[in-house]
Amino acid sequence: MSARDRILQRLTAVQAKEPSPAPEPEHWYASRARNESADGRARRFAAMMEGARAEVHRVDRHNWVEKLREILAAKSIGNLLIAPDTAHGSAARDGLANSGIACLAYDRPIEAWKPELFHHVQASLTAARSAIAETGTLVLWPDAHEPRLMSLVPPVHFVLVDAAHIHATFFDALRAENWAAGMPTNALLISSPSKTADIQQTLAYGAHGPKELVVLLLEDAP
Amino acid sequence: MSRQPLHYIPTTGFRERSKAVVEDDFLQKSFRGAMDFLMAKRAAQFPDGNEFESLRRLGEQIRRNSLDKLPALLTQLEANLVRNGIQVHWAETPEEANRIILAICEKHGAKRMVKGKSMVSEEIEFNHAAEAAGVEAIETDMGEYILQLAGEKPSHIIMPAIHKTKAQIARLFEEKIPGVAYTEDVDALIQIGRRVLRQKFLEADIGLSGVNFAVAETGTLCLVENEGNGRLSTTVPKVHVAITGIEKVIEKLEHVPPLLSLLTRSATGQNITTYFNIISRPRQPGEKDGPEEVHLVLLDNGRTQPFADEELRQTLQCIRCGACMNHCPVYTHIGGHAYGTTYPGPIGEIISPHLLGLEATAALPSASSLCGACGDVCPVNIPIPDLLVRLRTEVYSEPCPDARLKGQGAGYSPWMTAIWRAWAAIYGHPALYRVYSWLASRLNWLTPARQAGWTSVRTPLTPAPRRLRDLLKEKR
Amino acid sequence: MEPRQAPGRPTDVYFFATCVIDQFYPEAGLDAIRLLEREGVTVHFPADQTCCGQPAYTSGFHAEARQVARRQLDLFPEPWPVVVPSGSCAGMMKHHYPSFFAGEPEARKQAEALSGRIYEFTEFLVHVLGYEPKDASGPTKVVLHTSCSARREMGAHVTGRALLDKLDGVTVAQQDHEAECCGFGGTFALRHPEISAAMVRDKVAALKATGAEKVVSADCGCLMNILGHAAWQDRQEGRRQLSLPGEHIASFLLKRTGGSR
Repeated sequence: MSARDRILQRLTAVQAKEPSPAPEPEHWYASRARNESADGRARRFAAMMEGARAEVHRVDRHNWVEKLREILAAKSIGNLLIAPDTAHGSAARDGLANSGIACLAYDRPIEAWKPELFHHVQASLTAARSAIAETGTLVLWPDAHEPRLMSLVPPVHFVLVDAAHIHATFFDALRAENWAAGMPTNALLISSPSKTADIQQTLAYGAHGPKELVVLLLEDAP
Repeated sequence: MSRQPLHYIPTTGFRERSKAVVEDDFLQKSFRGAMDFLMAKRAAQFPDGNEFESLRRLGEQIRRNSLDKLPALLTQLEANLVRNGIQVHWAETPEEANRIILAICEKHGAKRMVKGKSMVSEEIEFNHAAEAAGVEAIETDMGEYILQLAGEKPSHIIMPAIHKTKAQIARLFEEKIPGVAYTEDVDALIQIGRRVLRQKFLEADIGLSGVNFAVAETGTLCLVENEGNGRLSTTVPKVHVAITGIEKVIEKLEHVPPLLSLLTRSATGQNITTYFNIISRPRQPGEKDGPEEVHLVLLDNGRTQPFADEELRQTLQCIRCGACMNHCPVYTHIGGHAYGTTYPGPIGEIISPHLLGLEATAALPSASSLCGACGDVCPVNIPIPDLLVRLRTEVYSEPCPDARLKGQGAGYSPWMTAIWRAWAAIYGHPALYRVYSWLASRLNWLTPARQAGWTSVRTPLTPAPRRLRDLLKEKR
Repeated sequence: MEPRQAPGRPTDVYFFATCVIDQFYPEAGLDAIRLLEREGVTVHFPADQTCCGQPAYTSGFHAEARQVARRQLDLFPEPWPVVVPSGSCAGMMKHHYPSFFAGEPEARKQAEALSGRIYEFTEFLVHVLGYEPKDASGPTKVVLHTSCSARREMGAHVTGRALLDKLDGVTVAQQDHEAECCGFGGTFALRHPEISAAMVRDKVAALKATGAEKVVSADCGCLMNILGHAAWQDRQEGRRQLSLPGEHIASFLLKRTGGSR
């Protein structure tokens, strides 16, 4: 008999009692739902993120590349890692041409360029799938085009998020987007630059991941 | 990492260790400061007591309901993980878990492991086993890294190095990391850690992590963290091994948001942590990073014992937030190491007896004044004081051959039992009580001046010369 | 904690003194009874009362605790409220008795019926009698300590505070870490004397730091611990006078409001 069978046998040997009542998270969230406009959600999202040391820029969805270039220049960032097979990745590459900022493409498996990613890349740009107002959180679903380490290894992480895709809560996000129907290899919630308070409860940023998190919140021009 | 011995702490000697800490003014102040900080942070997250109560009722329901279906959910979790390409292993004991993980290392020729924070890996003392097998296992959580350099165990499940000051850490870094000058600047210290550990991530061939929630319906592992070391450990190396206790499974994905909210707000007073890392598969064809193999080790190590008892099963509801220790006046005074167990504080007092047996943990269930602060803040409503009382009945009762708890009766003393029987005989018979209390009051000058434990810091307890019932008679 | 209102103002109550008050703090019990009587309530003291059983219960000796607790169940035949001048004993009888006798249908029924009639002393004064103390003494500053179970099981920190706030001449000081345990915990103080000592050391320091003239509490267990440690300190440091005197809230209220008249 295997360890598995022995453990399961011990668990099933216990006289099964009537399971306790099934939890109903939807009721709890419904009871606390806010009557909030999309703009209200966007503002709450931005305020929460800023409270957690992220930079948030509300930009016209057609002009974000310009803003990106401006911030990169202001931060004296020399190169930016992009996902070349994504629309925003190629838009950034086109927009940054002749800007003096080099666009690096994550176009090969990590094993082929790990040291370069760790030591050379200064910043990255990814999109967020959606966002969460309550906690000021970005939802990322990395994939073959936009790999996982883009949002983790470079010291500065730029994220594009559509203001139309901001949910009130994490619960609302995974219900509205029907996550349970099919999870990706990796899904991520990101709510601030990397941080730690492990030394004498003193907050320090840039523990292992990005030291800076810059959010470009895409909106329709007024 | 140097081959220095790790100083693991024996589980006996609780009293001696706690005595040493309460007499250390410096530690008293630093624990007090740290706990005040964490309590204030949590309180700020729950300004509305009703919201907290209703959310924790939901959290409790989720955890209870999942435990009630535990065997079914574990097989469902396993089936979905396997379908997703994640390999599942089961371990009854720490030794078995270590063997499984080291066999995976061996299969891949992995000699360099990066570890995300995992209390279960502490529970199985994996670092010992890894060292013996020639695998370099590096702790990458900043707090855990500091402790590994110092050769110590965590003293808190969320803030592992909470007992260390920045001056101590500055000295440690100067001493142990080549080329590092003494600095007490916390940002600088963190950047030193980042630099050293980035190299380790780059070179590692395997990553180990814990699991905060394992979701049965989708076959998903969730990890909560702030630093990013957990994500690096589970993304950069070619192989990722996750280890968790069998109780961590929950039924549905939609059960995650309330538990996550309860966890981070209770633990560090954050509305959410920096990262919530949700893993459902190894690297898929075409994907450019992520581990090619993902394994999950499901550990029993005594958890089936409380599962079998309806009352004690509530112990397993725990989501490891640490709020009970932050609010415990005993923990505040003795710190985590004094307990001598992987899980300190109130939750440690009720879970350790199942993991280690009551022989090794006989002092723990009584190490509480039952003040109730732990139960008040528990985000999943575990009645910790009631469970402590229950474990006391198990420790002090006469050993019985068909006991259900390992080590039942470990604290049995015929002498102590006789005292309580005599007490019950007196207080259970009003006539006897009247005689006894009359004698105690009239002969109060016979009361000993030294009373075990009590008079070391207090004046002796002396019965009043007249009892209330005497005063009432005189009054009427 | 939701305040409970008894149906109407009772003319009669039972008084369950607790073993600590009967033997160690009889004046506190007497003062509580005098105060109730002054408010026009007839107080009945069942002579066969001993102890609620809590010391053995929390120590893990449940057969012994049950043996003692069972004897208390028969003491209160009339449907009067039962007033208990100690929050932890009241909590034991109100919250733990019913489940404690889960296996004995008769006793359980009795325990459940009794549970609804148990009132902590300050709770009874505030919520049942609607007691409005009229302060008859000069200005003073006190600090209120509420025991953990009185606070958590009976909400006595609210009612105790409400009573003191009604006294014009009394300033109630705010101590640091008010809700933290004093380290008594019944047999905890004997099993883990060093930890208990550290806890009471901090508690006494916090109470003294307020500059209050005395500590007032509705729980004599905590008072034994706190006052015992403060007096021990005084003795260690060669002080003749108590640096932290204290008394049961019943005694304090009675004195402030003109005695038993």
